[in-house]
Amino acid sequence: MNVVTNNKWIGQRTIRPDGVDKVTGRATFAADTTMPGMIWGKVLRSPHAHARIKSIDTSKAEKLPGVKAVVTARDIVDFTIEKGAVMLGIQDMRWMCRNVMAREKALFPGHPVAAVAATTEAIAAEACKLIEVDYEVLPFAIEIDDALKPDAPILHEWNKVDGKPSNVAGRLEHKKGDIAEGFGKADIIIERSFATRPVHQGYIEPHACLISVAADGKTTIWSSSQGQFMVRAMTSMLTGIPQSDIRAIPAEIGGGFGGKTIVYLEPVATMLAKKSGRPVKMVMTREDVMRATGPTSGSKSTVKIGVTKDGKIVAAQGTFYLQAGAFPGSPIRGAAGCSFAPYDIPHALSVGYDVCSNRSKVAAYRAPGAPIGAYAVECVMDEVAHALKMDPLEFRLKNAAREGTKAVHGPVFPRMGYVETLNAVKNHPHYSAPLGKSEPGKLRGRGVASGFWFNAGGESSAQVNITEDGNVVVTTGHPDIGGSRAGIANICAELLGIDYKRVSVIIGDTQTVGFSNLTGGSRVLFASSIVATQSTEKVIQTLRERAAKTWGIDPEAVKWENGAAHPVSPNAGQFEPLTLAQIAAKAPEQGGPIGAGVQLNTAGADGGFGTHICDVEVDTDLGIVRVIRYTASQDVGRAIHPGYVEGQLQGGVAQGIGWALNEEYIYNKEGKVDNPGFLDYRMPVCSDLPMLDCALVEVPNPKHPQGVKGVGEVPLVPVMAAVANAVYDALGRRFYSLPMSPPKVSAVLDAPVQRAAE
Amino acid sequence: MTDIRYVAPRTLDEAISAFAAAGSAARILAGGTDLLVQMRSGMVRPGLIVDIKNIAEMTGIEVTADGGFRVGAAVSGMALAEHPRFGKAWPGVLEAVNLIGSKQVQGRASAGGNLCNASPAGDSVPAMIAAGAIITIQGPNGRRELPVEKVPAAPGRTNLTPGEIVISFTLPPRPAGSSDAYLRMIPRTEMDIAVVGLGVSLTLKDGVCTAARVGLGAVAPTVLLVEGAGKALVGSKLDDAALEVAAVACRAACRPIDDKRGTITYRIKTAGVLLKRTALIAAKRAQGK
Amino acid sequence: MPKVHVTTTINGEPMEFLCEPYETMLDALRGQLGLTGSKEGCASGDCGACSITVDGRLVCSCLMLAAEAEGHQIGTIEGMAHGEKLHPLQQKFLEHAALQCGICTSGMLVASEALLKKNPDPSEEEVRFWLAGNLCRCTGYDKIVRAVLDAAAEMRETAR
Repeated sequence: MNVVTNNKWIGQRTIRPDGVDKVTGRATFAADTTMPGMIWGKVLRSPHAHARIKSIDTSKAEKLPGVKAVVTARDIVDFTIEKGAVMLGIQDMRWMCRNVMAREKALFPGHPVAAVAATTEAIAAEACKLIEVDYEVLPFAIEIDDALKPDAPILHEWNKVDGKPSNVAGRLEHKKGDIAEGFGKADIIIERSFATRPVHQGYIEPHACLISVAADGKTTIWSSSQGQFMVRAMTSMLTGIPQSDIRAIPAEIGGGFGGKTIVYLEPVATMLAKKSGRPVKMVMTREDVMRATGPTSGSKSTVKIGVTKDGKIVAAQGTFYLQAGAFPGSPIRGAAGCSFAPYDIPHALSVGYDVCSNRSKVAAYRAPGAPIGAYAVECVMDEVAHALKMDPLEFRLKNAAREGTKAVHGPVFPRMGYVETLNAVKNHPHYSAPLGKSEPGKLRGRGVASGFWFNAGGESSAQVNITEDGNVVVTTGHPDIGGSRAGIANICAELLGIDYKRVSVIIGDTQTVGFSNLTGGSRVLFASSIVATQSTEKVIQTLRERAAKTWGIDPEAVKWENGAAHPVSPNAGQFEPLTLAQIAAKAPEQGGPIGAGVQLNTAGADGGFGTHICDVEVDTDLGIVRVIRYTASQDVGRAIHPGYVEGQLQGGVAQGIGWALNEEYIYNKEGKVDNPGFLDYRMPVCSDLPMLDCALVEVPNPKHPQGVKGVGEVPLVPVMAAVANAVYDALGRRFYSLPMSPPKVSAVLDAPVQRAAE
Repeated sequence: MTDIRYVAPRTLDEAISAFAAAGSAARILAGGTDLLVQMRSGMVRPGLIVDIKNIAEMTGIEVTADGGFRVGAAVSGMALAEHPRFGKAWPGVLEAVNLIGSKQVQGRASAGGNLCNASPAGDSVPAMIAAGAIITIQGPNGRRELPVEKVPAAPGRTNLTPGEIVISFTLPPRPAGSSDAYLRMIPRTEMDIAVVGLGVSLTLKDGVCTAARVGLGAVAPTVLLVEGAGKALVGSKLDDAALEVAAVACRAACRPIDDKRGTITYRIKTAGVLLKRTALIAAKRAQGK
Repeated sequence: MPKVHVTTTINGEPMEFLCEPYETMLDALRGQLGLTGSKEGCASGDCGACSITVDGRLVCSCLMLAAEAEGHQIGTIEGMAHGEKLHPLQQKFLEHAALQCGICTSGMLVASEALLKKNPDPSEEEVRFWLAGNLCRCTGYDKIVRAVLDAAAEMRETAR
């Protein structure tokens, strides 16, 4: 690793390259795009939570003037169940093809059943009403408990457990040591059960795409997504159009958080465009987003932790049931794998169960599964600390995972900064600040929690090209959802020793940049900076060679410093430095264009750790919890652009506060989402939150050229437990289910004090 | 959504003839913050939209001959807040109107629209009821007046007859030592529909309450005038015992439902809590005068 | 089914257009008027991404019929900068990293500008309550509030 010190740009709060467009309204998001001849697509969605689709008659819709194409499951490539899994990343295409358009069954209210493209949105919507679907309505099950009942309606008859059709579609287990032996040594054992509701990623921009298919099949896609290569691949697999004929262009994306790592509209719009011969635009309404796009799982978990009386954890067990929705694939990997990771536990068993039920298929949401598991584990950790009469941070320090600890999910940790985050919090003014006096009728409390996320490396491609006027264009492969362009510009400017403003960073599409994996997994800056660094280093090598040519010396005798080539020493010769602009001007005579590209499957991503402190104030008569102070500490490796690193922490904290206090899916008796809008799906508004302070810890990742670790996902993991532990400190009551909404808090406060659930 | 017409008459007579002629297919457009949401969701498909914002009588705020106020039904919350004197006399009504939605919504939403939308939870209505507002209504058969609490009939329905439009709210002059307040319980700090909303208007003389009215919303199919609560406060110094009696009256008046915003138990309890808090705020404001 | 003829002023420029009676101002701006800076997040007035001003008053353009623009002055995000000169709010949003994905940014800026015109010296609490109608899912609002307060301070200084 060549960590650059005395940084001019790395660590600076530069203005992001795409910023001016975004503050002037010029930035183009998918719904802002238009094409000549464009028509509109609309989706017909199932009104039923569970129904067999016996027939679909689209003839009346097809005859409506203005309708140019109609699409059903017949137009989407079938991945048959019997042939087994066909994986694209972590997605099984058997579920993807059925998720974008229902096949045998409608599995949730909002499940697409058909789609229409017409010359106006109004006509397309009218045509949808003319499509006749013959449904055989079936009983449904939405909640995990209902889906697990012995007589539960079964979503997928072919999915069998012990020979019987079941809604349990998967199981994952991590085992270390022998928990029977471990618990046998414990002086204190605490076991608690927890429940959480499904919550949505809540991106403000609904899914949108504009797709044009030419007569020869050449397809152009503009869409809001976290991965143009994923869009290309999924669309190709679901429509049969070869990948080389598809150009997927990533529009600016208005939030994703994992929810846009799969496609919903693109394959459908492609088939509509293909059949109609016209470009087709499809934009989801907010209601469509809430009904039919993946939120994250609801859950039921049980966590048991055993400690000796001097505070050493001897055993831990976690069982996590996560709601997958209509098709298998809930994030049990995150729940079972991450929840115990911050601790050195000799005996542990962590098991996750994937449970199908009649609601939309879940999609990734910021450290998928990990916040759910951490809520349970970190609350039990808090109870154990209290039982031991130990400070909760001291208890964690005593059991903290360190370099060399074997994690419950398998790996041995390298040097990482978890302990540093605990100490950062312990020594932070927030932790020692008095809670302050509340008005009568209000109580204050403080809680802490920790969390872990795997992070990822993965494929990334970049090109660095020097312009004829001596400036730099960097093309990267990942949609920018958090400010990664600014980070990459910082790095390239630093390496080349030139002013940040001379570096332009753009995001390529599938035909202009090499394969790059999804924006997600906290990997964009980690992975793209590796390939951007290597590309820049190759460019620097070329620049040295060109200077060497001019001077008639060996390239080894040339160094690159402060934006220019210099002789390594006076012995090499007395030459005036040659700037980037000067070398670029001579490029044609000296060998041609100066640029380099690198494509890698990057490795070396280390997991991320965070520890948070939360202060709450509770209005005890009304049961309203407000967060009044919050500090998040996280090991970020190296903060290439501190502003956007802090932004990741603050955004994750805000989402977690919403998840803890007010966000939840509410269903009516017919199994339909009763709150499919921002009015009653209650995300935090500006006045709900205090300033969100960040304490960044930098333990550089030795496997990364600048020491970067992924930062985007860890921030959500500890939040719900931090809030719940603070509420306990204020009220002396534990909350074993989320959200801690006012009617629930009020009911708990009014109930007689009970022994906590065993 | 294909057969909709939009008209923006400049006089009340034009508005009423157009509105009455179109019958049940017509809708009045003031701020549009309810109507457009309902059109978008498909709940409402008007054949005619009558935009009344160009009619002077509906958009003005005037002081009446006896020192009260007449507020045009289409006046937005923001415009009401900019009036130099209204908020001093009726801080509770003003804050209630300006709790509807966001600042953007308050730039358009009107007390008239809020009342006629007839949501059980409309924020302005409990405060208007507590204030004793009188509604002036005009229709094909002429003009009439109604106490505001008589306007809501059921969720989404008013007691207006076909062709009638709410023109203005008239609030009485304030005796010395009077003020009002509105509080609502919402889970977040803004942007939610009231789980319970409560308005209190009262007059104090030498610390003793001589008049009081209580409006209670989101706990019944329509917003309620809780006469028992007002009576319990009159003659008292708003001590704990009197407040408790008034709170009991509010809790007893509740006929709430369990829904996505609150439970029956929670709403009943909250009605009592809000009565005490709101009455004390109104009293503090009244004593300041 | 006749369209409505609208004569209005947008960002200081006279405009004329025809619209369906049911077309919202947001639809008209983003569609035929080519002003896509205002965004649709919910179409029900709950997110503020479509914020514009009407005669200087902050409103949600999704809650207004395009027909209602007749005779009024409409202000959108596109009118905030003057050529290359960014408004101090826009500049401070960039300096404070007060945006990540940017979808809420247009609405936040229009709303913030309306606040500072009404109250040039708001407290943190006043900023937060004014912006409660503008949802952001990326930033947690912290840097947005700091940017608004910083811009307000700079604007007060300039006005001296």
